[in-house]
Amino acid sequence: MAEVVSMRKAYGEALVALGGERADVVVLSADVSNSDHSYMFAEAYPERFFNVGIAEQSLVDVSVGFAITGKVPFANTFAAFFATRAVEMIRTHACYGAAKVKLMGAYAGLSDSFDGPTHHCITDLAIMRSLPNMTIVVPSDPNSLSRFLPQIAAWDGPVYCRLNRNALPVLFDDSYRPEIGRAVTVREGADVGVIACGVMVERALQAAQQLSGEGVEARVIEMHTLKPLDVETVVSAARETGAIVTAEEHTVLGGLGGAVAEVLVEHTPVPMRRVGVADRFTETGPYEMLLDNYGMSVADIKNAAYAAIENKSR
Amino acid sequence: MHYHSEQLVKDISRRAQEFRIQVLKMVHAEQTGHLGGAYSAAEILASLYFHHLRVDPKNPQWAGRDRLLFSKGHACAMLYTALAHRGFFPPDELASFRQFGSRLQGHPDPLKTPGVEIAAGPLGHGVAIGVGVALALRDAPGSKPSAESAPSARASAAKVYVVLGDGEINAGVIWEGVMAAAKFKLGNLTAILDYNGIQQTGATAESMPSEPIGEKWQAFGWHVQEVHGHNVQQVLDALDRADEVHARPSVIIARTTKGKGVSFMEYDHRWHGQPPSDEQYERALGELEEGLEQWQK
Repeated sequence: MAEVVSMRKAYGEALVALGGERADVVVLSADVSNSDHSYMFAEAYPERFFNVGIAEQSLVDVSVGFAITGKVPFANTFAAFFATRAVEMIRTHACYGAAKVKLMGAYAGLSDSFDGPTHHCITDLAIMRSLPNMTIVVPSDPNSLSRFLPQIAAWDGPVYCRLNRNALPVLFDDSYRPEIGRAVTVREGADVGVIACGVMVERALQAAQQLSGEGVEARVIEMHTLKPLDVETVVSAARETGAIVTAEEHTVLGGLGGAVAEVLVEHTPVPMRRVGVADRFTETGPYEMLLDNYGMSVADIKNAAYAAIENKSR
Repeated sequence: MHYHSEQLVKDISRRAQEFRIQVLKMVHAEQTGHLGGAYSAAEILASLYFHHLRVDPKNPQWAGRDRLLFSKGHACAMLYTALAHRGFFPPDELASFRQFGSRLQGHPDPLKTPGVEIAAGPLGHGVAIGVGVALALRDAPGSKPSAESAPSARASAAKVYVVLGDGEINAGVIWEGVMAAAKFKLGNLTAILDYNGIQQTGATAESMPSEPIGEKWQAFGWHVQEVHGHNVQQVLDALDRADEVHARPSVIIARTTKGKGVSFMEYDHRWHGQPPSDEQYERALGELEEGLEQWQK
């Protein structure tokens, strides 16, 4: 069993490290710094930390002000509030106005499980993906945060980074060097391609292992950047495996599944299945139980793989 | 506070009225645009760009510049006119207002138009963005303007000015920003509220009452001044006084008239976003030119 590490703590540590590397980084919070662990930055660099109160629209606009004045603002609140309440600010100033704001969406997906569907965030990827000029990063492992944060800071545009609330298994060792915009093939296989992001990467690997025992070799691709999407990797996976499954902690509408489907229909139409939350709201409960009950279990990924493979022969 | 000569006040007043004529021509020619809120802001913008602001038209991105965040984006015909005549781009270009391919978009675009600091049109953003800019500038090192810039006598670090409409303060995010500005004690942030009393569908007092306006801002921790917004002397004095306020943000409530200068547009909400017919254009032009005479003596 892989080591399990808090994503929040890993994020806080990576943010502090970034603050040490770059004096132009400022961190803003809508009064949830003890939730998302940006408080760690506040303790290390109090003069560069700004709590704007429970005001997510102002959080984005104040961050925009920093960005257009040469700072690198990391704005922090719950993902569900960025991607719903503050969307107009993000569209008008970060995307249209090209203010290089870094939106760090905490408690994304179902990871704030017990707070319930008001806090579950299953539409953010679809919303953010529709905005021109937006870049979307979904880390899947605690170790990857220290890799991504410096890239996000240096990225020449706004970034939405989707963060998990909980402790997640360590997937990658020190040799992991992800680059924004370039997918990572974490397991080779030629029978089906499973493209996953976030917490679903680990579940996809579990599914691949079980499939292997049943004679099916799945390629597992970590699509940590939803936009700009690594089209080349999607197309080659489709050509080489002939069947694609996407797995995401998000509605099946418009997120990773939607992005991959858009590529496949134009470049390489192959059978495809989407694993994710159906078009519905969720309920309160333990995290793992929610993932399993809303269509994101290991068995769901396996079933999707078999369904896609079966369609190949038709 | 600085002495403002009679001649200076006259010059700025004359420019404001000339700008009204220019804006009338733009909106009439394209048959699209917003006159009422542009006319109420004429003296405010002329006072800022032609005296108070330290900006460098030849180097619009000069790091040491004062920032004017024009939040009431629909009135951008007046902003574009002021910027063009201040030298940010050729005044001839004003004729392309709202045309396809123009740098002068229907609402302000900071990437296309030199001198425009923020996108605006969706209302309510100016104060909160101003908070971020003011915080970022507060400790920024100073830098020298180019030889072609015209700094005022002030030697202080760059300041942030936000021009707001009174309709847009209906928006909740305005007050989020207002609270944040007070929390962070932003003495380098001044809001100028173009308080013309009319919004798109009628009187502000009916759409969403905002009185007692001065007391509201005061209660939020701001330094408050109220002036006659078409009296350039009063506007310039208030801007100077705002600069002398430290450790808290400042608001200038400029009492103005929507559609100022054209008798049949004044106080009439229908002139918020309506273009004039040829006949209305001729009448308006005649009135504005008559109004210009007093400043040409």
